[in-house]
Amino acid sequence: MKNTITIAWKETRTYFASPMAYIIMAVYAALAAYYFVTSISGVLPEATIRGYIIPSTFIFTLLAPIITMRLLAEEQKLGTLELLMTAPVRDYEIVLGKFLAAMASLLSILVPTVYLVLMLWWFATPDIGPILSGYLGLVLFGMATLSVGLLASSLSGNQIVAAVLAMGILLILTVVDLASSYAGGIFADLVLQISITTHLESFARGVVDTHDIVYYVIFTIFMLFLAVRSLESRRWR
Amino acid sequence: MQENTGTPMIEVEDLTKYYGEYPAIENISFTVNRGEILGFLGPNAAGKTTTMRILTGFMPPTSGTARIAGYDVVDQSLEVRRHIGYLPETVPLYTEMSVTDYLDFMGRIRGMDKEWRRRRISEVIDICRLGDYRVSLIGKLSKGFRQRVGIAQAILHEPEVLIMDEPTIGIDPIQVVETRNLIKGFGGDHTVILSTHILPEVSMVCQRVIIIHEGQVVAVDRPDNLSERLRGTERLEVDIRGPSAEVMTAFRDLPGVQDVTRTDRDDVGIYRIETTGSEDLRAEISNLVLQRGWQLLRLQPIQMSLEEIFLRLTEPDSDRE
Repeated sequence: MKNTITIAWKETRTYFASPMAYIIMAVYAALAAYYFVTSISGVLPEATIRGYIIPSTFIFTLLAPIITMRLLAEEQKLGTLELLMTAPVRDYEIVLGKFLAAMASLLSILVPTVYLVLMLWWFATPDIGPILSGYLGLVLFGMATLSVGLLASSLSGNQIVAAVLAMGILLILTVVDLASSYAGGIFADLVLQISITTHLESFARGVVDTHDIVYYVIFTIFMLFLAVRSLESRRWR
Repeated sequence: MQENTGTPMIEVEDLTKYYGEYPAIENISFTVNRGEILGFLGPNAAGKTTTMRILTGFMPPTSGTARIAGYDVVDQSLEVRRHIGYLPETVPLYTEMSVTDYLDFMGRIRGMDKEWRRRRISEVIDICRLGDYRVSLIGKLSKGFRQRVGIAQAILHEPEVLIMDEPTIGIDPIQVVETRNLIKGFGGDHTVILSTHILPEVSMVCQRVIIIHEGQVVAVDRPDNLSERLRGTERLEVDIRGPSAEVMTAFRDLPGVQDVTRTDRDDVGIYRIETTGSEDLRAEISNLVLQRGWQLLRLQPIQMSLEEIFLRLTEPDSDRE
């Protein structure tokens, strides 16, 4: 556990020392604000943050791989992975440490959007429930996208390859629910359940369903497990 | 032959590693005693890095065992990793960290407590003479300084065993000398394995040398013994001003001489005399030259260089291919 925190702390420091942290933060803040403003500018505006919760699936699909791409790919390229793997540190501690750092980065991009919530409060009387559940949903969804990104980063020594691979996987997992309209019966259901976006929708509506939480948690654990395996496989190649 | 008869720190038995069908190393066995500096000599792709990676627990062997400080590198990998300091061939550094931050991180993941880290970081910075670069970003340091940072991290946690893969590659000659002296100083306290393909390096730094070629151990000995043990030949180089044909025949007729070759420089003949090595012919040669009234300008015994030894040892192997 101590090693995990050491690695997470080092990664977090490195991340916030780089301009990337602030670029990603600014990009997300701008996009969220745009979607927020368009959502409350309609004829019958609702005092909710749904306007940027749902589009965030797409934004995260692009931003999460950028946050995670260097985490393991760079270690492989610099050769520092060899040093980490010959230090008295377990492979899962490395992956977990990197994942925690990625989570910290993700939380940081959510911070600026708090001012959208404050604005909502200033001009209207929003329901607190959907706002909290919406953020919970974003964090869980972000967790899942970051775990995919980390897995991709463990597979390649090239950051670009890692990022594109993660984006590809995430886009497929996002659009797979479209296939449900073409499939019938149980397959339609199955495809909907696989899609990482469908599980976010109930959170945006203010519904916290344990089965959605379980989906994201298991999805993340599975991806991290694969990442650990991928690291281990470097020992056997 | 071994001066350090202490406990074996590294025991390697029948180590074999296949990459797919291709054997990187085959049945490598050796032991290294506490405090000894062992040189791993071989051309590129001989299996040096593979052996080191197995010893550090980075990859497991296909078969065979290796123990460091009594711990098995496969079954007790974490224990082994606590006892080693490792400098891989490409010095692994986080370029965006400062020297102190990097060393602190390396200390933390090796489980050093705060007080120990603080003391050791300032010690290794002194040992590796990085004092002026404490807060420099590693990415901005020159190759030689990066190498020093790499060495600093390897010795940071006072490991009993140091494993260094080509520690002097790619740095300038002055730094090479410094690095060698540094490593030499580690002997005694640390058990050191270093790999190199630079021949003079082992004779300068190491007490014992293992020559590997195509994944197999070709020879194990002390560097100075190797040349004698290998072949019973001694070589003398003699510069003489005199009638070359006569000198040649006179030398050839001397008992114990195997072969004489000559190269001329101006009016001086440089004679290479290969002897059977059992007796010292220098006295007889100088007497002979004086009797005949030639001028003796130089008389020098030439030891076979490690380069020649190496070629000789590995030649049969390449013939077999």
